[in-house]
This record gives sequence, structure tokens and C-alpha cells, in this order.
Amino acid sequence: MNDMTKIERAVEMSNMKISAKDVQVYYADNHAIKDVSVEIEDKTVTAFIGPSGCGKSTFLRCLNRMNDTIDICRVEGEILLDGEDIYDKRVDPVQLRAKVGMVFQKPNPFPKSIYDNIAYGPRIHGLAGNKAELDEIVEKSLRRGAIWDEVKDRLHAPGTGLSGGQQQRLCIARAVATEPEVLLMDEPCSALDPIATAQVEELIDELRQSYSVVIVTHSMQQAARVSQKTAFFHLGSLVEYDDTTKIFTNPEDPRTESYITGRIG
Amino acid sequence: MSDASLQNDPEMGAPSTKSSILELDQRTKKRNAAEARFRAYGIVAIAVGLVFLLVLISSIFFKGVGAFQQTFITLDVELLESKLDKTGERDIEKIKKVTTFGYNPLIENALKVAMEEAGIENPFAKGKDLRKMLSSGAAADLRRFVIANPDRIGDTVQFRLLASSRVDGYLKDRVTRESLARDKNLTPVHLDVVDQLKEAGIVAKSFNLGFITGADASESRPEQAGIGVSMLGSLYMMLVVLACALPIGVAASIYLEEFAPQNWFTDLIEVNISNLAAVPSIVFGILGLAVFIQFAHLPQSAPLVGGLVLTLMTLPTIIISTRASLKSVPPSIREAALGIGASKMQTVFHHVLPLAMPGILTGTIIGLAQALGETAPLLLIGMVGYIASNYPGGIIEGFMSPNSAMPAQIYEWAKRADPAYYERAWGGIIILLVFLMTMNIIAIILRRRFERRW
Repeated sequence: MNDMTKIERAVEMSNMKISAKDVQVYYADNHAIKDVSVEIEDKTVTAFIGPSGCGKSTFLRCLNRMNDTIDICRVEGEILLDGEDIYDKRVDPVQLRAKVGMVFQKPNPFPKSIYDNIAYGPRIHGLAGNKAELDEIVEKSLRRGAIWDEVKDRLHAPGTGLSGGQQQRLCIARAVATEPEVLLMDEPCSALDPIATAQVEELIDELRQSYSVVIVTHSMQQAARVSQKTAFFHLGSLVEYDDTTKIFTNPEDPRTESYITGRIG
Repeated sequence: MSDASLQNDPEMGAPSTKSSILELDQRTKKRNAAEARFRAYGIVAIAVGLVFLLVLISSIFFKGVGAFQQTFITLDVELLESKLDKTGERDIEKIKKVTTFGYNPLIENALKVAMEEAGIENPFAKGKDLRKMLSSGAAADLRRFVIANPDRIGDTVQFRLLASSRVDGYLKDRVTRESLARDKNLTPVHLDVVDQLKEAGIVAKSFNLGFITGADASESRPEQAGIGVSMLGSLYMMLVVLACALPIGVAASIYLEEFAPQNWFTDLIEVNISNLAAVPSIVFGILGLAVFIQFAHLPQSAPLVGGLVLTLMTLPTIIISTRASLKSVPPSIREAALGIGASKMQTVFHHVLPLAMPGILTGTIIGLAQALGETAPLLLIGMVGYIASNYPGGIIEGFMSPNSAMPAQIYEWAKRADPAYYERAWGGIIILLVFLMTMNIIAIILRRRFERRW
């Protein structure tokens, strides 16, 4: 029986990509995240939902230490990536961010060519030995970003000239190009129209084959469509975290139920 | 029923007094009148500004344009061997021994010959009086030519010699017969001769290249003075300012804007930089005098020192404009770069700085233009009052040897007693303004060319 639990735990461990324990975040005196513990599985889409200002984006940004860039922000607790504490003193956040990529709410391509947008990450991380390899990475990333067919003839046109949905897929392709293990998405579809949203959602589902995806979204339908796991945040606390189907059909906490039925939030 | 009663009640105001939108009500009329008044004030303000600008520019132009014209006397001078090279050996050392006094008789002679040929009566007994129509620098011009071409001794060579400043002033309507009454430099009789010479085509005004390229001259020879040497002094100063202020200013702003933590110390630095931008420039001058000349023993009046002082003055301008343009780069670009694992420095140098570059360059050029026109700090380090009469020998000498600068030269000319210098001062202002406008136009073009691309 003892052996059984060990094996079970090992399986569980290998499946866990990120495990956060008792995370607290403060902005100066404001306690923004309270006691959040979450286990994020590999090759799964995990959705964070909740009303505005509930801390889901803040928590997402803790996962690749983007909050380090904000002077007044302080993070406590433990966040493990493959069992290693990402807030350990020895961790260089730059190296971490290459492993945990991020896509932002507003599409933010660099004001450079489409090619350079994708090639920038591989270049600074030295992933390509020569031009041919770089070309290959760019093509592969654009294909993964489901935008290759639209831009293959104008790789050297500026990335800012694309439509909003194309820009967002370009940003996803850019994030993918550095070969991350986890992809964080902060409301990636909030600036997009329904058609572009559908394209990005389809893309997220494909990305699940290779990465662990964490997505923050305001749209509950989107969470229900794309995610396997859902976490509901409210006022800085994690209220409920479970399989998406369970959260949307049979939530345990009355606050979750109120939110998904539209009574709070 | 209650609705109907409400509508019929005259006490209820709004619904009962139905107004047409085709008619303006009292409040709208008042509001429109206020707006029309405000627009009129604005137009008046702009018109007043334009009138002042027009008056300023036209007065500068009309007073200064004379400096770009100069009166020359064209003479065929016979370079007599008996006067210049008695031995006939063409030994350059011996030729050099003949001073400018030795050349004066040649000029007098040439003038006499020219007048005879043109049929003009010579009212002067002494050749010296005749020579007063020419600049006292004319003999020096002749001597310089002879030393450069000793083989031309014995020939008759045509020279375009500078007329004296009084003759020049007469042709420019600055000098009249009345004003010469108490002038010992020239008499009304001279002017009669000048009138005849002018008709004969010997005396004529032409474009004054010497004013733009030449060196400053002594107080008594305004016709020879030019702004060229001080222009070079200004150029050397600007090189120093560019080489010091741009790297220091940009590095300081990048650090403060992108890397420095937000605390009381950086706040203090920020406040002080803003304050420095408002410090009177003469304060920087006295600082430069104390630090660079009295403490560091750098040469006085040197463009190097002037450039260092102006660097101190320009730094706040460059830092403020650089920080503003760094701030205007949207944070999403920084997040994008950080999000794919670029380091802070890569983010700044690969993405933020290129986008901020036009703003930085514009700020730098505006700062340089400001430094170019600055006079007060130069007063205290001795660049005003120095007569820039020689071109520097080389680049190092250009930085280290005493020189003047354009605004200092203008101030110097305006200070001198001879009214001919007054004209030069205005002419100098025109040249300075041309430089400043060129720099501002470059700044505008740069800004246009690198319009925001995000």
C-alpha cells in the first residue's frame, strides 16, 4: 500500500508542471493575492476566471516573474516549476521567461518585420546556428501560430500592419518560437472580434498538445470551450479549482455558482 | 390620467414650454458669443506675435544685409622692383624685410595713375591723403601677394583692394558729407573723388565673402572684419558639446528611466535636473571659470573650455527630452520583449532606444542650437573680448588655443565705437540665425521622418 501511494505521487508529480503554494502578493500595502495554492498540469489548458480586479492577472504574472518589473510588488510563498522554486535567489528571471512564455491582452508586435518579430527570441537565446535554421524556426513558429499561410508572402512587411487577430496570432507564434514549456495568456482575445477569437481558441487547443497553457479570461464561455481545468478567483482568493466541466455544471462553492450564473461579477 | 394632468400643469416647466430647435435660446446665444470672443482673442494674440516677428526679422535683415556687401577699389598696381627688391636677387628673406610702409607709395601711385586715366582731377597734394580712401589693410594684402609670388615683382598686377570703412559707409548711405565734418579719417573732398571714381567703375560694391570666411580685425579696420574664425570657434565648441553631452545625457536618462529604483534619492536627482535646466546660464559660466580655468588650469578663452561649460548647460535639456521620449515608448513593447526572455538591457537597446531615437536626436539638436546661441557663460571664461584675428593652426590648436564664438563676436562688434561695426553685428546675427534655423529644420525633418511606428 505504501508503494502504491509512492507510485501514485510520482505519476502526479510528473503531471504537475507548476505548483503554487500559499502565494501572497502585495502591491505596497494592498494585499492583492491571498493564500493561493494551485497545481497546474502539463499539456492542459487551465483557465483563470473571476470578476475584474480579483487578482487572476496578477497571479498569472507571478508565474513568470513579470511582476518583478513593478517596483512596489512583493511576492511571498512558493511557486515550483518542475519542482524548482522560481523565486529562488539563484533563478534569473530572464532565463525563466524563456521557459514560461507570455502572450498579452493587447497584441503587441514589435514595430519590426514579421520575420524579425519571430526571430528575435531565438536570436537572443541563441537557438539558431545559422540563417537556414532561423528561417526554419520562423516558419515552424508561424505554422504553430496558425498564421503562416496568411503571411508567408510578406515576411518582411511590418508586423504592426497586420489586423488585430493576425497580430495576436503573431504574438503567440513569437512566444512559441523560444520553445517555452508553459504558455501564459492574459486575456488574449479581449481585443479581438469573434472570428479572430475563434481562430485563437482553436490555436490554443492545438498548442495543448505540446505545452501547458494557462489562460486568463473574462469570458466564461471561452473558459468552458478551451480549458480542461478552471480556477475561480474572487477578491484575491482562489475560491474553487477543479475540472472545467465540474465548475460549470456542479460548482461546490456558492460564490462560484453565483458568478457563473451571472449574479456576481 | 396623471400623465395628462402633468403635461397641462404650467408649473412643471420643461415639458410645457416646448421650444423649437430652429431658434436659439438665451443660453446658447451666450455660449456662442463667448466662444466667438475667445476665438477673436486667439487670433489677435497670434497676429500680434506675427507682427513682432515680422518687425524683428525685417529689422535684422535690413540692418544686417549691408555687411554682406563691401566696397572695393580695383587698381592696377605696378610692383616696382626698385621699391620691393632693390638687389634684384629675389631673396625671399630680403623681400620680407620690406614692411607695409614700403608698399604704400605703390598704392598711392596706382591710384594717381587710375585717376589720371579716368580724367579725374587730383585735389590732394600728398599721396597719403589720397590713400585714406583705401583700407589700411590694403598694403598688407599687397605684401602678402608679393611674398607668395616673388617672381611677379616688376609686373603690373590688378588688385581688388578694400575701400576704407568711411568710403564703404558713403556707398551704403551711412556716411554723409555732414557727418564727415568732424571726422579726421576722411573729408568731403574725398567723397567728391569717390563719386567720380564710382562713375569710372573703379570703386564698386560687391559680395563680401571676407565677412563670412574672414577673421576679426582691429578696432580701426571694420572693413576687414569677418566672422569666419569665430564660426570655427563655435564649431569646435559644438563638437565638444556633442561629444560630452550626448553620451552622458543619454546614459543618465536611460539609467534613470529604465533601471533606477524609485526612491527619495532618484526623486531628488530628478528635481535637481529640472532645476538645473532653469539655472541662469551665467551661473554655469562662473562655475566653468572656477572649475575648468582656475582649478583645472585649462587655457582661457579656448573652445574646449567653452564647450565644457555649454555641455553643463545643455545636459539638463538633453536629459529631460531623452527621458520624455523614453517614457513615450509604450510599456507593451517592453513587456513583449521581457515576456520572451529578453534581459532588461536587451529590451532597452533592441526595442526602446530605437523607438525613442528621433525624440532623443531632436532634443539634442535643440540643445545644441541653444548652446550655439549662448553668450553669457562665454563672458566669464574670456571668449568675449578676445579678437579672433587668426585661424587656428590645427585641430588640437582649434580646441586649445584662444578663440571667440559667433554670439561672442556679435557682442564684441556691437560694443565697438565705429558705426561700421554696428552693421557687422547685425550681419553676424543673420549668420547665427541661419545656423539656428538650419538646426531646427533638421530637428523637424528627423521628427517627421521617424514618425511613431506603433
